[in-house]
Amino acid sequence: MLLIPCPWCEAERPELEFRYGGEAHVARAADPASVDDAQWAQFLFFRTNPRGLHAERWRHVAGCGRFFNCLRDTVSDRIVATYKAGEPRPDAGALATGGAS
Amino acid sequence: MRFSLLSVARQGLAGNEGWPEQWRSPEPKAAYDAIVVGAGGHGLGAAYYMAREHGLRNVAVLDKGWLGGGNTGRNTTIIRSNYLWEESEAIYEHAMKLWEGLAEELNYNVMYSARGVMMLAHNTHDVQSFQRHVAANQLAGIDNEWLTPQEAKAFCPILNIEKTIRYPIVGAALQRRGGTARHDAVAWGYARGADRLGVDIIQNCEVKGIRRDASGAVAGVETTKGFIATKKLGVVAAGNTSVVMGMAGVRMPLESYPLQALVSEPVKPIMPCVVMSNTIHAYMSQSDKGEMVIGAGTDAYTSYSQTGGLHIANHTLDAICELFPVVRRLRMLRNWGGIVDVTPDRSPIIGKTPVPGLFVNCGWGTGGFKATPGSAHVFAHTVATGEPHPIAAPSISIASAPGG
Ligand SMILES: Cc1cc2nc3c(=O)[nH]c(=O)nc-3n(C[C@H](O)[C@H](O)[C@H](O)COP(=O)(O)OP(=O)(O)OC[C@H]3O[C@@H](n4cnc5c(N)ncnc54)[C@H](O)[C@@H]3O)c2cc1C
Ligand SMILES: [Zn+2]
Repeated sequence: MLLIPCPWCEAERPELEFRYGGEAHVARAADPASVDDAQWAQFLFFRTNPRGLHAERWRHVAGCGRFFNCLRDTVSDRIVATYKAGEPRPDAGALATGGAS
Repeated sequence: MRFSLLSVARQGLAGNEGWPEQWRSPEPKAAYDAIVVGAGGHGLGAAYYMAREHGLRNVAVLDKGWLGGGNTGRNTTIIRSNYLWEESEAIYEHAMKLWEGLAEELNYNVMYSARGVMMLAHNTHDVQSFQRHVAANQLAGIDNEWLTPQEAKAFCPILNIEKTIRYPIVGAALQRRGGTARHDAVAWGYARGADRLGVDIIQNCEVKGIRRDASGAVAGVETTKGFIATKKLGVVAAGNTSVVMGMAGVRMPLESYPLQALVSEPVKPIMPCVVMSNTIHAYMSQSDKGEMVIGAGTDAYTSYSQTGGLHIANHTLDAICELFPVVRRLRMLRNWGGIVDVTPDRSPIIGKTPVPGLFVNCGWGTGGFKATPGSAHVFAHTVATGEPHPIAAPSISIASAPGG
């Protein structure tokens, strides 16, 4: 089970308190009417599915109830960073050189 | 050497020391007519059928680990074909028919056992959905029947059909031809069969890149054993499909999730069939060694870690203990995970890709072991002929539907 730091509660909580929300930063088209089928398919069905760092959404359903994003290594399942919804994805390189904390 | 009563008796008398290797361990040649990435059941089977049915003998199967070490060697081996949609019925029933003759075809005991697969219904939605499956399957000539809780218990006496449990059993769908097979034997049988037809199986050879020529077509693969040329590349890499296809710049509608299983200490035969409950995530059968083989659900998040969270296995054991109180005091011996590649509609993909010479077989998710012979057979056709097999061709109903 993952131990996930909620950036809103500023506390680590067991995964059981959270609901996974899929890949983060997948933006819906601002003008849906202008989007063709291929672009819709990309938006709806295609995900990065990386072997390595993955930016993903979580919701602290049994806690503060709020959404946030998380950078996790999908090989080790180690969580590298969590950040509030709306904030940009942190630079993984900078995080790595900043040392594990 | 073929397995026969005579050869088994002769080897037995000689202390079983004369058996030859089941397959060679060759170094890769500079070039092949076709290369399969992934020596799971689907990949090895595809190479076997390419050689056997399409005369492609200059073929290699590459695996980054050992053959059968992926999901093929990690699954709970449930085999059935009672799926709802015609496209699914076609591929899974194709596989079922091949299972029935596979041991003979391969001269290898894959221990296919049609002991019956029973799917439990726990609520009104389950009842409606399963009865719809039963009706659709019967129309398609695929056996599937509806059982009352009492009939379910008669078929599997250790089942708890008390109405007072948290998720009472209100009925079940039974496919009698469903059952199990020995997963390793499936990989070994196909490996031996393919090897005998000249296929090179190259283990510990990871594909790191896909090289394309000036026209964009496949030219070969970069591997940990060097570059190997080929014009036909079949990717059958299960949980790692996105990674391998990414080497050719092809994005896939897939996400990879951990899926776990566990086995108990072995006990005397107590369970004559397979029981599964999709609703409460519990799958159980008894292996020929006597272990209770238990399948759990997937983790919530994508991962390549080949391990899952303990709470997932725990949740499944809660359900198992309620459905089968007799197993409550068994100790669990081993617990492991595999990485399954899941498509948005949970249906597999077998076909061509935008890259000439590149073919893919993936998306089998949590349920592709049962499809192994059918998937391999259909994919062999796709790679060998360059066109989809009719079973995997884009379906007419979708192509002709209004609006595409
Ligand atoms: C715990 C668990 C339980 C399951 N239970 C069932 C069940 O009861 N019934 C059922 O029908 N299905 C079940 N499944 C699903 C089933 O196991 C799979 O769908 C099926 O085995 C996939 O077979 P495969 O040959 O495609 O994949 P695999 O056997 O995973 O083979 C893929 C191979 O590709 C290799 N590979 C990956 N990347 C590379 C690379 N870059 N270079 C070289 N090689 C590479 C891997 O090493 C691997 O050996 C279960 C799966 C799991 C994990
Ligand atoms: Zn919180």
